[in-house]
Amino acid sequence: MTLREISDRLGLTVHSGCDRLDTEVTRGYMSDMLSDVMGNAPIGSLWITMQKHKNIVAVAVMKSLAGIVLVKGRAPDEDTVAAAEEEGVAILSSAQGAFATAARLHELGVAGD
Amino acid sequence: MRRPLAADLHLHTCLSPCASLEMTPRKIVARARELGLAMIAVTDHNSAENADAVRQAARGSGLCVLPGMEVTTVEEAHLVALFGEGEAARSLQELVYDRLQPGENDEELFGLQVVATADDEVERFEGRLLIGATTLSVGELVEAVHARGGLAIAAHIDREAYSLVGQLGFIPPDLALDAVEISGALDVAAARARFPEYRGRPFVTASDAHALAELGRHPVWIEAEEASFTELSAALRGEGGRRIFARRPATPGAAPQ
Repeated sequence: MTLREISDRLGLTVHSGCDRLDTEVTRGYMSDMLSDVMGNAPIGSLWITMQKHKNIVAVAVMKSLAGIVLVKGRAPDEDTVAAAEEEGVAILSSAQGAFATAARLHELGVAGD
Repeated sequence: MRRPLAADLHLHTCLSPCASLEMTPRKIVARARELGLAMIAVTDHNSAENADAVRQAARGSGLCVLPGMEVTTVEEAHLVALFGEGEAARSLQELVYDRLQPGENDEELFGLQVVATADDEVERFEGRLLIGATTLSVGELVEAVHARGGLAIAAHIDREAYSLVGQLGFIPPDLALDAVEISGALDVAAARARFPEYRGRPFVTASDAHALAELGRHPVWIEAEEASFTELSAALRGEGGRRIFARRPATPGAAPQ
C-alpha cells in the first residue's frame, strides 16, 4: 500500500513531501522517543509519533523511513516542514490519536511489532 | 585571585513533588556549607518558588545561591535554567506557569509541593501540576532563558528519561545551550568519549539531588574570582582564563577538561 492510499483512507493531512506519496509502506513503528526510533525502528517503516520537533526529519532520513504521521492533529513546526521539504521527507498528520491510527494502519495490512 | 570553587548546579527542594521533605532552605544551605560548596543552584521542576527562601537562608553564609528551575519542554526533555537574580527567575516562572499543562497536583500520587520560608516553615502548598510538561519547545525555552539573561543547560543528557538526547535523539546542533549536564552515572571523560559530537559544548556534572544525602555529589569545579553568576557564565565561556573542571584542580594552572 502506498503512502497516498494510506493518506486517502485515513483522511490524513499532508504537510511535506507531496512527491513522496508513491512510497510503498509495509511496516509501521510507533514511539515518541527519538533515541528509540533511531535505535529500533525498522528501515523504511512508517513512523507514528507526537513529536514535531525538527529532529524528526533527521531521524527519518537516517532510518530511510517511508514517512512520519503526527497524531492528535498536531501540525509540524515551521522549521520542521522546511527541513522535511529540503530532505524529501513526507510528514502527514492524523486528527486521531496514536492508538487509533496504528489500529487503522494494521487493518490496512501495515505490519509492526 | 582566581581559585577553584565547587558548585552543585542542579538540586531540588521540597517544592518538587518527587523530592524529600527534608530538602528545606536551611538544611540545604547547612549541608552545602558542610560539604564546602561555594555555589548551589535551586532548580525545582517548573517552578522557582523556593529559590528566594534558599537565598535568604544563605544570606551572610558566603554560599552563593542561584535561582533557577528545571523546565520540562513540550518534547518532555528537561532543561536547567539558571539566573543571577530573582527577578529574572520569576519572569521565566511566569512564562512557564502560563505554558504548563493544566491540572492540580495529586499529593497522594506525586508528593507534596511545599513552598517554604527561609526558616524552614511551610508557607503553603503549591497546587499546580509541577510534574507535568509545558508547551514550550526546547528552542523557545532556550531563547526565553537567554532573553532574561540566564544560562540554559540540557539536563542529564546521558539518561534516557527526560533528557534532550533521549527524547530528541541528539542535541539540535543550532541549539544555543550554555552547557550540557551529565548525571553521576558517568564521569566527564567517559561522557566526552560517548558524545564526541558535543565536543564544542561545556560539560558539567551536578547532583540532581532530591534528598540531603545526595546534595553535592558530582560537583563541577569552577576556577574563577568568586562564586557568582557572572563568574560562572564567564567560566563556561572560558573567558579571561576562567575555566570549569570535572575534578578539583590539583595545582594552579592544571589542565582543563
